[in-house]
Amino acid sequence: MKTNMHIAPAPSGHQVKQGGNMFNQNKNLQQSVGLRRGAFSRPIEYVIEKLLFLISLTAIIAIFFIFAFIGKEALPIFFGKTNSALVQEVIKPEDIDKYPAEKIRDYLGLSRSKYKKMPKDTLIMLLEVKAEAHKEIPESFKNDKDARVNTTDWKYLIMPHQWSGYDKPVYIWQPVSNIPKFNFMPLIIGSIKTTLLGILFAVPISVAAAIYVSQLARPSIREIAKPIIELFSGIPSVVIGFFALIVMATFFQEIFKYEIRLNAFVAGVALSLSVIPIVFSISEDALSSVPRSYVEGAYALGSTKWQAAWQVVVPAASSGILAAVVLGFGRAIGETMIVLMVTSASEMTWNIFAGARTITAAIAAEMAEVVFGGPHYRILFLLGALLFGFTFLANIIAQSAIAKFKEKFEGTK
Amino acid sequence: MKTLKTIIIAGTIASSVLLSQIAEAATTIVVKGSDTLVILAQKWAEVYMSKNPDVKIQVTGGGSGTGFAALQNQTTHLCNASRKIKAKEIQACIAAFGKRPTEYKVALDGLSIYVNQDNPLKEITIEQLELIFTGKVKNWKELGGPDAPIVIYSRENSSGTYEFFKEHILKGKDFAASAQTMPGTAAIIQAIAKDKKGIGYGGAAYGVGVKHLNVKSDANSPAVEPTEENIVGGTYPIWRYLYVYVNPALDKGEIAKYLNWIRSDEGQAIVKEVGYYPLPKNLREN
Repeated sequence: MKTNMHIAPAPSGHQVKQGGNMFNQNKNLQQSVGLRRGAFSRPIEYVIEKLLFLISLTAIIAIFFIFAFIGKEALPIFFGKTNSALVQEVIKPEDIDKYPAEKIRDYLGLSRSKYKKMPKDTLIMLLEVKAEAHKEIPESFKNDKDARVNTTDWKYLIMPHQWSGYDKPVYIWQPVSNIPKFNFMPLIIGSIKTTLLGILFAVPISVAAAIYVSQLARPSIREIAKPIIELFSGIPSVVIGFFALIVMATFFQEIFKYEIRLNAFVAGVALSLSVIPIVFSISEDALSSVPRSYVEGAYALGSTKWQAAWQVVVPAASSGILAAVVLGFGRAIGETMIVLMVTSASEMTWNIFAGARTITAAIAAEMAEVVFGGPHYRILFLLGALLFGFTFLANIIAQSAIAKFKEKFEGTK
Repeated sequence: MKTLKTIIIAGTIASSVLLSQIAEAATTIVVKGSDTLVILAQKWAEVYMSKNPDVKIQVTGGGSGTGFAALQNQTTHLCNASRKIKAKEIQACIAAFGKRPTEYKVALDGLSIYVNQDNPLKEITIEQLELIFTGKVKNWKELGGPDAPIVIYSRENSSGTYEFFKEHILKGKDFAASAQTMPGTAAIIQAIAKDKKGIGYGGAAYGVGVKHLNVKSDANSPAVEPTEENIVGGTYPIWRYLYVYVNPALDKGEIAKYLNWIRSDEGQAIVKEVGYYPLPKNLREN
């Protein structure tokens, strides 16, 4: 409206004379004047707009950089550039002149520029250290059948292998070992196990609570219940973990009489405590935002309060509830402290009353002590990338599911 | 509100200016590394600073690996470590500053075997420990205890204690996959105090609420109690060193003085206060 008022007086004189040309001219004028107006007549708004744009851009760039960094650190595993074999070829310090420079450089893992700058006695010192490390390998392991195997090969990361000392092929995560074993499966299953348990406990409870609070409860109850449940999300996960470690583990052991006190079941229940407020809060919002006319229409057709809630409001809000579950899943699979405190036996089993070690727990617990740039370090970054992949996939699936639901219940995409 | 903000900002600026001046005036020693050693290092720093007000010592943890990385990047002067430096880390140090880092032994740590207080077992051999922790022996009955499965509590594989135990007790073999890994000695004790079937290991000076088993080197040798006398005297079989590493180029002046003080009688007296054991006299010279 304002734009028209401003520009209107100028072309109005031409209107009578030029007739047919008027429309085009008016449009051109409006565009050029309008553009200038946007930038100069409201400078503060302009600055705010650009600032907001910059902030959102930074967030996107930050995500990109984080992923690029993780990818960069994990990449050598993809290309088979990492070698974790216990016994590797040794170049004796006195033989330094017998080998081409290229070979020495690769052997010491130095970059081209660093190698050039390095004095020869430093190179010899490096060779000495490598030779000493080789000498220190216990004799019993030197002739192990797996001593020359690069255990960061994909074959060993995913498939079971019969290591010496084991009586059958096993999936095993023993990264700190003479022969490091980096099989991902125990960690992946541990993550899935605890996350599914957490979701399984959290979703029915929180969705039921959301239906009750938003549709059935008296306003006085709703006003108390909602903030209290949401207050749950303010509990730090380390506190939940501590509570689970000391109180819940003993409590459930007395009920179920299982052998292992700290297990995936306890971790799952503890995880659900951190997931419940998220799922509750988002699905409650989704249920509350269903238009009042839907419920009134249902009442008019003679349905009870419960029928209106269950058969009309819940289906209408189902896309929102699904979104809540997906966010809850993301929270559960990314949760670190609770599972790390409650259980972390890297056992490969689907038994919920046995221990579990999640991907997040492995990264958190092991990162601080690894040799930077070593195979274990690279593997942990690869696990981080894998975790990102999991949540990314879950989000994509959920997005498409939500779109389908919307189509079904609202008739639009 | 506005005045409060101004005061806070002014205060922050003033204090940071003040701090930087202090830092410039005094020698600052940065210490980083093992979480096992962080409390001991802080205590050392506290006492040393109160006696030498012109020296500032900043202690942070993060893990031995983090400490070695900082030593390579030369962002720390001293690196605390609960394990020996690895070949790959020595190489990185040589590549960074052309020399091997100097190693100082700074304390002894005795490791106890913990079981629940209701467990009738009193002593155990090193060989039995190997069988238990590798998962070959799975029931207390096989050790003369009640008929109940053994639940193993271990440390995280990032811990120096874990590596030490694996190398010396398990002779390099893998821990049983069912071993519960706990984030710290306190967590192990907490778990075993509540679990009648549990067994675990950790610092000998810790452990209220659990039973410490007497350890035999082999079936015929006497069972030794993990006391200070036995650990320092070397009769108790499970113990290890704790280390501090330093870039040899920096090992002079205030830093060298501090390192000497740590290994003096005065510094070693503090070791006992935080749950480790002083070095025997003959090991203090390097």
